[in-house]
Amino acid sequence: MSSLLDVMDLRTRFHTPEGTVYAVNGASFHVDEGETLAVVGESGCGKSVSMLSVLQLIAVPPGEIVGGVALYRGQDLLRKSEREMEAIRGPEIAMIFQDPMTSLNPVLTIGRQITESLRTHLGMDRKTADARALALLEMVGISDPSDRLSDYPHQFSGGMRQRVMIAMALSCNPSLLIADEPTTALDVTIQSQIVELVTRIRDQVHMAVIWITHDLGVVAGIADRVIVMYAGFIVEEAGVNDLYENPCHPYTTALLEALPRVDRRRDRRLKSIPGAPPSLLVEPHGCPFVLRCEHAIERCRTENPPLTAARQAGHNTACWVDTKTRGQR
Amino acid sequence: MTRYIIRRFLQGIPLLFIISVVLFVLMMTMGDPIATMGGRSITRQADRVRLTRQLGLDKPLYVQYIYWLVGNDWTKVDLDGDGVAETAGTRRGILRGDFGTSLVNRGEPVLQVIWERLPNTLLLMLASEVVVVLGAFLVGIYSALRQYSAWDHFITALLFIGYSMPIFFIALLSMYIFAVLFKRWGLPYLPTVGMFDPQVGKTTGQVLLHMVLPVLSMSIVSFASYSRYIRSTMLEVLGQDYIRTAKSKGLTRQDIIFVHALKNASLPIVTVVGLDLPFLLGGAVVTERIFAWPGTGRLFLDHVARGDMPVVMGILMLISVAVIIFQIITDVVYAWLDPRIRYEA
Amino acid sequence: MNSEVLRIATINADELETPPLSLGQLAWRRFRRHKLAVIGAGVLLLLFLYAFAGALFFSESYANHNDTSLRLDAPTYSHPFGTDTIGRDILARTVYGGQISLLIGLFAVLIETSCGILVGAIAGYYGGLVDNILMRITEAMLNIPEIFLLIVMAKFLSGKIPDMTIMGRTFSGSVVLIVIIIGGTSWMYLARIVRAEFLSLKENDFVLAARATGTSNLRIIFLHILPNSIAPIVVTATLGVANAILSEAYISFLGLGVQPPTATWGNMLDGANNYLDSAPWLWFFPGLLILLTVLSINFLGDGIRDALDPRSRTV
Repeated sequence: MSSLLDVMDLRTRFHTPEGTVYAVNGASFHVDEGETLAVVGESGCGKSVSMLSVLQLIAVPPGEIVGGVALYRGQDLLRKSEREMEAIRGPEIAMIFQDPMTSLNPVLTIGRQITESLRTHLGMDRKTADARALALLEMVGISDPSDRLSDYPHQFSGGMRQRVMIAMALSCNPSLLIADEPTTALDVTIQSQIVELVTRIRDQVHMAVIWITHDLGVVAGIADRVIVMYAGFIVEEAGVNDLYENPCHPYTTALLEALPRVDRRRDRRLKSIPGAPPSLLVEPHGCPFVLRCEHAIERCRTENPPLTAARQAGHNTACWVDTKTRGQR
Repeated sequence: MTRYIIRRFLQGIPLLFIISVVLFVLMMTMGDPIATMGGRSITRQADRVRLTRQLGLDKPLYVQYIYWLVGNDWTKVDLDGDGVAETAGTRRGILRGDFGTSLVNRGEPVLQVIWERLPNTLLLMLASEVVVVLGAFLVGIYSALRQYSAWDHFITALLFIGYSMPIFFIALLSMYIFAVLFKRWGLPYLPTVGMFDPQVGKTTGQVLLHMVLPVLSMSIVSFASYSRYIRSTMLEVLGQDYIRTAKSKGLTRQDIIFVHALKNASLPIVTVVGLDLPFLLGGAVVTERIFAWPGTGRLFLDHVARGDMPVVMGILMLISVAVIIFQIITDVVYAWLDPRIRYEA
Repeated sequence: MNSEVLRIATINADELETPPLSLGQLAWRRFRRHKLAVIGAGVLLLLFLYAFAGALFFSESYANHNDTSLRLDAPTYSHPFGTDTIGRDILARTVYGGQISLLIGLFAVLIETSCGILVGAIAGYYGGLVDNILMRITEAMLNIPEIFLLIVMAKFLSGKIPDMTIMGRTFSGSVVLIVIIIGGTSWMYLARIVRAEFLSLKENDFVLAARATGTSNLRIIFLHILPNSIAPIVVTATLGVANAILSEAYISFLGLGVQPPTATWGNMLDGANNYLDSAPWLWFFPGLLILLTVLSINFLGDGIRDALDPRSRTV
């Protein structure tokens, strides 16, 4: 069975004056057509860098993709030239980013920023492109779109800007949309609107989505499958319901337990994970979670556990210990 | 937007007044017009007194300032020393364009003296500015795109050197190489004196030829600093999120550099170009002296040396006005170019 | 196995983090990485040695000793830089000229930094009418190109300051004059920068806290806010030395600066274009020295700016 996007053993590093940053250390995941994959993890765990690497959007230097393949419809994106990637970005894979304020060019009109993709990739002329841009703005819920085409980004509110970003991303009908924390910078009510918008469009056009977030609540609302990342590694992979009901990796368990819940007693302390994530300047050895894990054994220190199948189908975890039985896996 | 323009102009007016006061005080405390006009022939006290009265120097300072500003043809002055003001004044004041008459070029109106030389300086300055801006954009963008490469380092080092050279050193060096050494080696060489060869006449070709070395000297320093500035602005812009978005849309490299990046990077350049005018004017002084270019810079030096305060004041005042107007133009152009300011709610 | 688990879980995760460095240490680290800046500092040191230690090789009277029979000699072994229009050894004159040029640069910056900080701090801290007036004056002076002011002031104040004798050496009064007028026409840039710093810093809580405990305004300005705005001041002052040296060179080149027989790199170039082709050593060596000095100061200033700038541009 071939997936739409199949990434295997992706490794990305950054060479900084302070040393080498091991940002992504052997990430493997896949997305099928029309499927929504959520990527969860705390800041600095490598979720954004993985996706940027796939699209070759990492600045080289100081970045370097040292290994791995990213097969999109069977072709390795990591081996493509810049020219070839220009044809992929937009019509095949599109990306939206976290901060709509800084992600839109302040000196170009919204209309220009939407139509330039259309004219570059689909060869439309001015009139056709403008008409299509209008339709896109309507689709994402911008009122009075004909007036708004000639407006500049600073004349929009945060939520509207994100909608514009979505319109831009969808303009060439991509098969895969990568959304890098698109709602993190927005307030909660707008957040849900954006999530609902993407869900609606995704269902309409049968588009695959990779949704990066650190918010487990959003994941529940939008994802089919989830992967959990920690310190540049993928530590767990499961269907969304399965993940919430039967988390296997200690980190996932801890994450879920750290969530404040409405149905728990309010006078209990919130459970947090002791310690801090490891420094990415140190080449990883063994399991990255070992120092904070309450199930850690000697083997965890020396050998990095690979992603292996857990009890349920489609559920993989990178751990030496079975958290339920406390025995080795 | 119009309100912004009007506001900027209104802000400039009190500034000009303050400058005029500063310059006036400077002129009064530093010049000795009697000595200048009369030279060494004024020894008799009576003559000194008469001249003092004629030039209106016996009046209190603020009155002299007012006369300088708005003239004295609306009042009477006392020319014959009997304590009674009877003759109508003849000065119209600088606000009406009367900067007085030159003490050195007897009786010639200051504005005329300056006007004869002004176009020559403007020619040099305009040419320099064009060379600087075009060159700096080319080099700055190229360096930014080739960051970390050997070329980038080399160009940066060269720019540093260019930026640190005193103008006269550049002038002398270029004169030595392109005029003296080239001549010695039998190569075609560039002229170093004046605006044209008097034997050939003031043709366009002659002027252009004579302009090469002066413009070179004047532009290298500015070119070096602009290039560095454009390079760092481009680098900063290229690191912005919206460039990443543009890349993720699969736009071509040309589009990203010349539309998305350049449009943002050029904004600060406008400001810098506008603020550079005083420096360029100063450079003109030294350059004109070395190349014997008949411009306002040399005029300034000559007349300062001979103590001709009205001409000196006139030049200083005109320069200040030019600088302020240029700044206003720069601000307005910047506000117009940046949509965030143009479309302020 | 349980004891194993417990042992491992109690390892302190903080051990893996890098220890925090003080601001000064961070700045020094960043500075060291700037090879150009370090080279600049080195060259500057050499130039200072050249000017001041070089005095050990030539006496001042030798530098001023003129022998017209030797005038305009090309560089030879006994006069490595050649001789000038009245037969003085150019090498010796660049040594003593260097002393004056460098000292003028330093002292002028001292004056302009003091003035600039004073004006900027008062304007930024007190705001309101005081700020308005001070800024109008600053702007007015900024709008008149420095070199014109220098020329006028140099011309008309010349001769007003008498020669001085310090430590057995006679300095022309024009040296002090030049220092004063360069300092007096360059303080505006720093004043604007300091004012901007004060405007933003005075809103901070630490100022509020200082006021709440009854600290006098003077102490707040100089002991609390000023130390926090040290970075741009240091950078501007460093680059200001280059500017002062250049200004002195320009004004002396035009014949209005330091008067002979006191030598400066600038006034050694006065009239040099008359001998452009016949004696290029007249202007080449002093000009080169000026270039090296300004260049190394620029490198140094650039390095300092990057080292002290909180916006880290590493990745």
